[in-house]
Amino acid sequence: MSLYAKRRRRNAMATSLAWAAALFGLSWLFLILGALLYEGLRGLSPAVFTQMTPPPGSRGGLMNAIGGSLSMTAIGVAIGAPLGMLAGTYMAEYGRKTKLATVVRFVNDILLSAPSIVIGLFVYTIIVAPMGHFSGIAGAVALSLIVIPVVLRTTEDMLLLVPGSLREAAAALGAPRAVIISRVSYRAAKAGIVTGVLLAVARVSGETAPLLFTALNNQFWSSDLNAPMASLPVVIFQFALSPYKDWQQLAWTGALLITAAVLTLSIIARALSAGRRKS
Amino acid sequence: MTEIAIETRVTRVADRARALSAIAVADRLFHLTTRTAAIVVLIILGGVIVSLIHGSLPALRAFGLGFLTSQAWNPVTDNFGALPAIYGTVVTSLIAMLIAVPVGLGIATFLTELCPHPLRRPISVAIELLAGIPSIIYGIWGLFVLAPFVQAHVQPGLISLFKDIPVLSTLFAGPPYGIGVLTAGVILAVMVLPFIASISRDVFATVPPVLKEAATGIGCTTSEMMRHVVLPYTRVGVIGGVMLALGRALGETMAVTFVIGNAHKVSPSLLAPGTTISATIANEFTEAVGDVYTSALIGLGLILFIITFVVLAIARYMLMRIEQKSA
Repeated sequence: MSLYAKRRRRNAMATSLAWAAALFGLSWLFLILGALLYEGLRGLSPAVFTQMTPPPGSRGGLMNAIGGSLSMTAIGVAIGAPLGMLAGTYMAEYGRKTKLATVVRFVNDILLSAPSIVIGLFVYTIIVAPMGHFSGIAGAVALSLIVIPVVLRTTEDMLLLVPGSLREAAAALGAPRAVIISRVSYRAAKAGIVTGVLLAVARVSGETAPLLFTALNNQFWSSDLNAPMASLPVVIFQFALSPYKDWQQLAWTGALLITAAVLTLSIIARALSAGRRKS
Repeated sequence: MTEIAIETRVTRVADRARALSAIAVADRLFHLTTRTAAIVVLIILGGVIVSLIHGSLPALRAFGLGFLTSQAWNPVTDNFGALPAIYGTVVTSLIAMLIAVPVGLGIATFLTELCPHPLRRPISVAIELLAGIPSIIYGIWGLFVLAPFVQAHVQPGLISLFKDIPVLSTLFAGPPYGIGVLTAGVILAVMVLPFIASISRDVFATVPPVLKEAATGIGCTTSEMMRHVVLPYTRVGVIGGVMLALGRALGETMAVTFVIGNAHKVSPSLLAPGTTISATIANEFTEAVGDVYTSALIGLGLILFIITFVVLAIARYMLMRIEQKSA
């Protein structure tokens, strides 16, 4: 009986530790979100969206950083998403078990989790150094290199989920391969592919490290992609590490904006893929 | 049949042949485009490796293998060594793993065995959202919220608690700065926690229910079933997940840069400021003047890439094995 009691006690202890672990994990989410709301909301005003990043000691906003982030993310996704989708299409529809597909799959997995600062170094050596200056386009290219593996992976996975019988039915009607892919496979996998792109956008919009020495930063509004460009994450980095109170406040507000955007995107992506699973 | 009818039939056949060949061309073109895209992805990774090696050549030529073991970091005399950065990277990641592995496994156990059903999905989503928060947010939060808290409430306690125990007293020595190697490790732990938790949860789900039922059938408690059936069965996959998280922790930049303190030295104390490879690059790259300085930083990037590459390759291999097992 004492052995039984001992085992029960040990089990109770282990299960309560598991409960504690879950509570511990969840509490970080609430601590971080709570701090963001508390510190970030204080600085939220229309000026954040309509004024440029200020010199220390004067009032200002984050307009140029928001604009820079939006345009570099848009260009990065515009370059990376089609490339990733096409490569993913090759892997799922043509390559499957060929050597090329196997190697690309491995390489893509490595790219997917490669440290993003290494991507920044790469873009620095191939674009910034030869051109001789930092630029928005270099930042966008760096972001696109992060988009590609995410989109490739999800596109491949989603296309592989499309039942082969659908393709066979289309082939029996005499449809050529390209038509089967574009009219049947893509249509069936649409929600999943969109989810992948949304996840990539979410991932990229919070990235800081690859922008530090590709796009650098810019105090002013710039629509010139050939010049240094401000972005929210880099501004947060600079302002948070500065000793000035109003810069730190802007950093918190920027952090709140990014987190809100990123979490919204990933929740939408999740809802999309959940809807697909049910149907 | 009149000649005109024959002629129209001939042209119709020709039209159809032309249309078919146009389709065939489009078909080949599409195939080719997707194949090219796949090859471009290959070239990109090749390019990353080549450019890193090329960029770090000047430093490697100047310092040789001594680059790996030297503690020097002096931009004025152009003398650089990677040891403090490598040390910091490894130690912060180890601290992160020490915290995140048990907690992550606990969360996975909770999600698969203990959690009431209606709560399972929301709780997993909440844990996974933790992975979606950008790393710069962890950085700013760590600097302004966590570090002051640790400085005021945790570190003084640790210092006085361990001051008479031989090894621990050197590990937890010195003034409480708040920022430092330990705080960076804690932040990293929170960042990789969702990876470990969700991968472990997924591999726990690959255990055939029959095995678990058999264990319960002979009277095992939940904890005994986890320890003697589920964990041995999923060991390979769990290790794969842990390695994947380790890969993340090794390469993480922004969160660490904020709280590590950026000191180029190897200190025995975990409370002292240190640096990591990625933090050094992030902090100094735009200020680096001179070829050797830049090249030393790119060399650090190369080392980081090689370390994470090895870790991730092991992770992929392990996860592949458990996938084959469950298939």
